[in-house]
Amino acid sequence: MKWDEFFVTGEPMIYAADVSIVLVSLAIVIGLTYFKKWGYLWREWLTTVDHKKIGIMYILSALIMLFRGGVDALLMRAQLATPDSKFLDAQHYNEIFTTHGVIMILFMAMPFVIGMMNVVVPLQIGARDVAFPRLNAVSFWMFFMGAMLFNISFVIGGSPDAGWSAYFPLASLEFSPTVGNNYYSLALQISGIGTLMTGVNFIVTILKMRAPGMKLMRMPMFTWSVLITNVIILFAFPVLTVALALMMFDRVFGSQFFTMANGGMDMLWANLFWVWGHPEVYIVILPAFGIFSDIISTFSKKNLYGYKSMVVSMVAISVLSFLVWAHHFYTMGQGAMVNGFFSITTMAIAVPTGVKIFNWLFTLRKGKISFTSPMLYAMGFIPIFTIGGVTGVMLAMASADYQYHNTMFLVAHFHYVLIPGTVFGVLAGMHYWFPKMFGFRLNERLAKTAFWLIIVGFNVAFMPLFFLGLNGMTRRMYTYSASTGYGPLNMIATIGALILAVGFVVLCYNFFYSFRHSPRNEGGDPWDARTLEWSTPSPVPVYNFAKVPVVHSEDAFWHAKKHNVPLYEEGPYEEIHMPNNSGQPFILGVIMFFLGFFLVFSWFIPAIIAGVGVIIMLAVRSFERDHGYHIPPKEIAATEQKLRGDTV
Amino acid sequence: MKKKRWLFSLIFISVVMLLSGCDTKLMVLDPKGPVAKTQSNTIIFSILMMALVLIVVYILYIFMLTKYRASKTPDDYEPPHMEGSKWLEFIWTAIPIIIVAILSVVTVRTTYAVEKVPAGYEDQKPLVIYASSSNWKWHFSYPEEGIETVNYVNIPTHRPVEFRLYSYGPISSFWVPQLGGQKYAMSDMITKLNLVAEHEGSYMGKNSNFSGKGFAQMEFEVLAQSPADYTKWVKEVQQTAPKLTEQEFNSVLHTDFVGRKSYSSTHLKFSAPPMDMSEHGHGGDNSTDSKESGKDSADHMQDMGDMKDMNDHSSMEHGH
Repeated sequence: MKWDEFFVTGEPMIYAADVSIVLVSLAIVIGLTYFKKWGYLWREWLTTVDHKKIGIMYILSALIMLFRGGVDALLMRAQLATPDSKFLDAQHYNEIFTTHGVIMILFMAMPFVIGMMNVVVPLQIGARDVAFPRLNAVSFWMFFMGAMLFNISFVIGGSPDAGWSAYFPLASLEFSPTVGNNYYSLALQISGIGTLMTGVNFIVTILKMRAPGMKLMRMPMFTWSVLITNVIILFAFPVLTVALALMMFDRVFGSQFFTMANGGMDMLWANLFWVWGHPEVYIVILPAFGIFSDIISTFSKKNLYGYKSMVVSMVAISVLSFLVWAHHFYTMGQGAMVNGFFSITTMAIAVPTGVKIFNWLFTLRKGKISFTSPMLYAMGFIPIFTIGGVTGVMLAMASADYQYHNTMFLVAHFHYVLIPGTVFGVLAGMHYWFPKMFGFRLNERLAKTAFWLIIVGFNVAFMPLFFLGLNGMTRRMYTYSASTGYGPLNMIATIGALILAVGFVVLCYNFFYSFRHSPRNEGGDPWDARTLEWSTPSPVPVYNFAKVPVVHSEDAFWHAKKHNVPLYEEGPYEEIHMPNNSGQPFILGVIMFFLGFFLVFSWFIPAIIAGVGVIIMLAVRSFERDHGYHIPPKEIAATEQKLRGDTV
Repeated sequence: MKKKRWLFSLIFISVVMLLSGCDTKLMVLDPKGPVAKTQSNTIIFSILMMALVLIVVYILYIFMLTKYRASKTPDDYEPPHMEGSKWLEFIWTAIPIIIVAILSVVTVRTTYAVEKVPAGYEDQKPLVIYASSSNWKWHFSYPEEGIETVNYVNIPTHRPVEFRLYSYGPISSFWVPQLGGQKYAMSDMITKLNLVAEHEGSYMGKNSNFSGKGFAQMEFEVLAQSPADYTKWVKEVQQTAPKLTEQEFNSVLHTDFVGRKSYSSTHLKFSAPPMDMSEHGHGGDNSTDSKESGKDSADHMQDMGDMKDMNDHSSMEHGH
């Protein structure tokens, strides 16, 4: 590595990014110092083990990554708007679509979903925190440092450029000699380990920490979806861990697992990647299904239709998700029999998904539907996601897929699934649970404006791609000639992307607007909702529930409200046992960041030192005795008095 | 909720505009050979089936959203508690299963059909063309004719063409939308694609699998000619084009963009293609192949060592 290759040079856009990164960092440092907030930042956020704060940090990171991935998307659309455009060169375009894919899936969708889980699940099941609060903090910092490591590739060393699926041998040293794909393997590895620990944490939390009376079949649908999602994580992510480790050995230590020579197998990478990659799609979509279920039920003022079949269909989807990976490469030449098998398993997923769509529609039936902003996203989801679903069935048909594969048709399909599914899901959830997190609602008028811009922009941006694909336009081409006739539809798509971007700007402006203007003191239950998280004050006190609620039916809070049944047993407050904050997860994350960074550049001595640092941190934690602390009843009574103006 | 109606009409208008905007037909739905025809029919059939599903969902959706909105119900209306209905849930499980079953039958049949030599052409001796990709071009070797072209390929109409695909670099995907769907070309095995052109004409062919910087330019022309014109063209190349030397081939291999080239010999002699996996798997139609590949068996032998892992893999797959 020569020093002049260390920093990415030669592009005005990169220099602008360098300058803005330095300026923003300076602004943060100066701001924190000026307002004397360093202590606050450390005590309240960097060292926190509180699931609500960790959830908020996840969501905040996801929004920042949404911005980064969104700028990537706009750059791509700008380049493709006109034929023979010279706006970006091939290398730059290749890096941008690679980082767009990685960031949107792994550093936007995943943390957004996990952030929602963190904020909501313990509250929905009546728990005081997750099962392993410290591990939860480690998960977050691993994700965050992985994301940061991935993002600095932009200015130091160069971004990965082999697509988000990093197919070998293209991603091997022979064809991608820069450190870009080293960043890919290490950054994803670090954040992936964090995700795996989240999986363990939430399975234990949901199975072991539910309030008395909350049987599995009384859990809110979001909690169900999170349970199933985390089981998928537990089975799928180890495959990614192994695949990325082999990739790192190939690129950093010169092994030959996936290379062209010495018996390396490029198809092995493709298989491993998609054995993880397809379940990954369900990891980001199932929690969204859960969010929509809760929201549709709340704003129809009805219980969820077909609760049992909703659960069964999610379990069916989770099993099938592991049996369909080869549909990502029908064209690899594995023959009609293998392709036939994977076509059928893939199409079979349409059955449980269809069951869910009809159950949602019948939840609306005889309801009393109010169109709040979360409900608008849920109602936008159904018709658009169905288009994504039916085109998915079309893609599942192997013979036809030979014509769709690698085309814009495929790009349109997965955006039609992921945006109305995952993105609308987490946006709906964010608007819905915002008052739970911060004590005030987002402004409805602005939220609805943003929604309409997003839904119109989305369709204008992605509908044309179906037609472009059928007309032979492949994905990942950085340019096309005017004679292909792809120009007009691409221009329409770019206009749509701009409308979509304006929608997101309005959505973000709403945070500032609502922070200044939204009414406070709307109580703990502004939506007249149904599940336990709405029974505590907003924002939620650190211990969540002053007394552990007792559950008698599904939609426990609604049941309590309608039938005037107390949620809490009579009697005085008891001491609450809480975990202590700790700086160790953050420090461990920082060390992992440097370990990854040194390995990216094959600087082995510093890497070994960082590796020893990781081991020391693990040892320190293993020999530590930390029994947490107790909140005395008097303090609880005072807090509750202040938050509710009454005693329970 | 005027907005919603406005939105739907906007979507409707834009779809109509999109459809009418394409005065030339969409390439995939404008087939020029039996394979693409099968695929185009499959696609249209699936679109119709799926349109049916969409209509049912949209009707229910619009019905629910117009009838049960809070503004239309009395203030004291209390929605009932509904557990679900075994009967209804059975219906919307059973009907999708039937739809998926129908589509499965269609898929399996058409998938077998497009993998084989197209119906009606089984008796003809196929024209074998080795199509190999390198960064960022396509090499077409005609072993029987003893000619080789770069970035263009001429084929006779009404004769099955067996493309044998492999790559000198990253995975690429050989795709001629109007003749049939794509297949990967990889460095460690040969894949086969059977195509027939039934109309004379020039068709766009391309690599559709991202392979690095020059990917967007990795296109080639497929010229389907009448058998007479095709034979004439072959003769012309055999007589006028230079021989392909190993040195020349290596220089082409390592040049990013070379334009079109023609040679009166192939690279198969000195740069053997990888093992043909399909011969282990499916017996079927390789009576002609075995004679063909006999010529190259010496070259294959030296690759055998490297391919040991591959063979293990194939016998494993065979066992399934």
